[in-house]
Amino acid sequence: MYISLGNPNITIVNRCPRTNGNCEYMPSEKMEEYLKTIYDIACKDSVARTTAVAKCLNLSPASVTEAMQKMAEKGLVIYEPYKGATLTKEGLEIATKIKRKHRLLEVFLTNILHLDKKMAHSEACKMEHDISGETENALCRMLNAPARCPHGSPISPCTMAVSTCDECDVDTGILEHKAREANIVSITDLEPCEMGAIAFLRGDQKVVQRLSDLGLTLHTKVELLRKAPLNGPIEVCVRRTNLAIAREIADNIFVSIEG
Amino acid sequence: MVGCENCGRCGSTPKQIKNFRQVVALAGNSNVGKSAVFNQLTGMDQIIGNWPGKTVERAEGLLQYKGLRIKIIDLPGIYSFSTYSMEEIVSRDFIALENPDIVVNVIDASALERNMFFTLQLIELGVPMVIALNQVDLMEKKGLSVNAKKLEEILGVPVVTTVAVKGKGIRELTEKIIDKIEDKKLPNKIKYGQEIEQRIDKLISVLGNVNTGGYPARWTAIKLIEKDAEITKLVEKADPNIPILAGSLADEIEKIHGEQSSIVITGERYHVADMIAHQVIKDVMPGVKKRTLTETLDSIALHPVLGYLTAFMVIAGLLAWTFTIGTQISGFIQNFLTMIEQYEPVISGPVESIIWNGAFTGFIAGVTLIIPYVLPFYLILAFIEDSGYLTRISFMLDSGMHKLGLHGKAVIPLVLGYGCSVPAVYSCRIMETPKQKTLLAYLVTLIPCTARTVVILGLVAAFVNIWWALALYAFDILLIVVAGRIAFKVIPGEYVGLVMEMADYHVPSLKVIFKQTWARTKSLILIVFPAYIVGSAAVQALYALGVLTPINNALMPITVGWLGLPAVAGILLIFGIVRKEMTILTLAIIFHTTNFSSIMTPVQLIVLALVSTIYIPCLASILTLASEFGWRKATTVTIMEIGTAILLGGIIFRLLSLFM
Repeated sequence: MYISLGNPNITIVNRCPRTNGNCEYMPSEKMEEYLKTIYDIACKDSVARTTAVAKCLNLSPASVTEAMQKMAEKGLVIYEPYKGATLTKEGLEIATKIKRKHRLLEVFLTNILHLDKKMAHSEACKMEHDISGETENALCRMLNAPARCPHGSPISPCTMAVSTCDECDVDTGILEHKAREANIVSITDLEPCEMGAIAFLRGDQKVVQRLSDLGLTLHTKVELLRKAPLNGPIEVCVRRTNLAIAREIADNIFVSIEG
Repeated sequence: MVGCENCGRCGSTPKQIKNFRQVVALAGNSNVGKSAVFNQLTGMDQIIGNWPGKTVERAEGLLQYKGLRIKIIDLPGIYSFSTYSMEEIVSRDFIALENPDIVVNVIDASALERNMFFTLQLIELGVPMVIALNQVDLMEKKGLSVNAKKLEEILGVPVVTTVAVKGKGIRELTEKIIDKIEDKKLPNKIKYGQEIEQRIDKLISVLGNVNTGGYPARWTAIKLIEKDAEITKLVEKADPNIPILAGSLADEIEKIHGEQSSIVITGERYHVADMIAHQVIKDVMPGVKKRTLTETLDSIALHPVLGYLTAFMVIAGLLAWTFTIGTQISGFIQNFLTMIEQYEPVISGPVESIIWNGAFTGFIAGVTLIIPYVLPFYLILAFIEDSGYLTRISFMLDSGMHKLGLHGKAVIPLVLGYGCSVPAVYSCRIMETPKQKTLLAYLVTLIPCTARTVVILGLVAAFVNIWWALALYAFDILLIVVAGRIAFKVIPGEYVGLVMEMADYHVPSLKVIFKQTWARTKSLILIVFPAYIVGSAAVQALYALGVLTPINNALMPITVGWLGLPAVAGILLIFGIVRKEMTILTLAIIFHTTNFSSIMTPVQLIVLALVSTIYIPCLASILTLASEFGWRKATTVTIMEIGTAILLGGIIFRLLSLFM
């Protein structure tokens, strides 16, 4: 990112890292909005169609097609004409990050500043592009690592190499933490009969201790047996015993899926 | 669940075990069969059921063997000695501070790793131990075999394989207990990772002469490294430097592992537990994975659609029995008994005959309540409990319970509440936080228990119609939902979500079911029968003497003015405090008839049933609430419920009068 001071209206633009800034500039905010939209649509349907994205962002399909081609050049999406776009690993990372910031901000705006949910959403939409990773994680700490946004959508975990939230604090310095290696998902995202190994337990220390006492220690293999309907608990098998765990607690259990 | 000694209904204190020489404590995870082992050792009827957390208070019993008298103590089941719940603190303090001669660690062989995790903590506590490797039959069904000898060698603890519900291995266990009491040899020291052991040793060396309040040094050192708040405070008093040293040692461990020290130690224990399990368990049928009974049943019981249907049918079936079949049996018994003696109440004539007549009326009321309603209810409940199905209902209804500020486990006390509020209030201990316990206990006292069901049946189903009785039931549930939502907002405290073990189903044993039903009914018979007989005789005598009228008159503004009931309702509701069914009984005595439609309009019957259902927890429930939560909360609940009942009763009376 760099700030062009020559222009009286200060604009923040994103220089494409791969082509070392030789490709056309695309404002990062706009790009992030695209990625976010593609992420949302691709969550429901497997491919985000150009028309669907255009409808969501209130833009013409032509400009969406153009933007998608640009993002495809940058390696953020895989774009197939007439079909639509899917996120690449890099694109997904950016989208997940921005979603996380958005939802953390929403929690902050509703729980701390007591704005209504609608207001919080639109404010978060603007702020999400500007806050740094440090602010993002500081928010997460202050809000005690919330698992869901006020609208009930899950908040993805941070990318720091911590195994519990207790290790994340200002004193130790965020920058000291390495990034997590494996790709981790919440245990609630597994499908029945899928296995994973515990990678990160988010949230309150008491609950983390309880889960550990019951055998959910780091690197332990767990199998998801079933999810109760209506956002009810999940049942997992760990160390030959079956445990029922409330969804809001399970949201905070992250596992790495074995290859 | 509680045994009769905890029920409080009979008001007698638990039998004190006297003249014992030795004390043996039973400890282990929840739902591993501790209570079954306890019953086998002592020949007592501690209630056993297939859901975690039923033993809420330690039970005591006596083991007599070859002239020895040994006190056996059944501790509540826990997974760890952290301080997550009251039970964990109580158990660890008992073992560490009250110095039982030995501890029998009951282990579920089919979940050896998790049980071993707790065993390792017992070993840290440095007490002489015997291990009962229970439920080996279930383990064999899973195609696993365990090498008890090997386990014995590794831990340095005698290991006996048992199937406690069938009494297998109990004699051998008894002998090992006696041997252990004599030799008192401590278990082997189980070592954790080197970086942790070094720091434990460092702490043990400085702890040398410090008074740690009776806790052994190694255990204290480990707890200090785990930053256990209570132990840290305790040691701080003796020597404030030690916690500082422990803190820095813990920080070092946290640096090495990049995790919190208590989580590191938990991980270490599990690591050792895994290694031990790996050495002693053999997969007899590797690769062959039979679909177990539990899996098959769970595919129905936890199915997104069928699961709800099953839960509904089980609970509804439990109540339907009370509604339909109970009524028939009750009528049959009543007819049979009236053939023997006429029991139309009399209020004139010689005093003896009034009293005798009253007593007989009470006897009939007791017989027509306990046999047809309570006994079958407890029989089916025991069956459901013992099968392990209650945890499945908890699983399915968890998200619904969230709306009340509770979680799935709350279903268990609520279902028990349909039987009797007293054990149901005790079972509220399965909830984790004080807030959830209080909230749940409050809701439990609003559940229509068998006594209240009898009132609803006797007044409304019999003389208005069954639909109004069901409507009252539905209204009561609605009231619980509304009250729960309000109370959740009002009661301060924290909320913890559901974390619950889903034990395997097992075919309920008839012996267990009958014992359990008997244990619950026994106390009922011992107290309810005399209460009915004496109470009924007293009411009849007092009425004949004309003492009741002033009380009725005093309460008339509420009973007649606001609720629209006959003046006699005042005395009914006062007797109802003792036991809810007394309202019906008193009514029958005073009006010399059991045909209530001749004395009250349908609206009055409905209002009276509604008010007596919710106006106050019965005396036994109030006492239980007070002993569990203190008098302040018990009084608050009582006053609130009286207020709610009067308010709602008056409104319903006016609404119903519009069209009935």
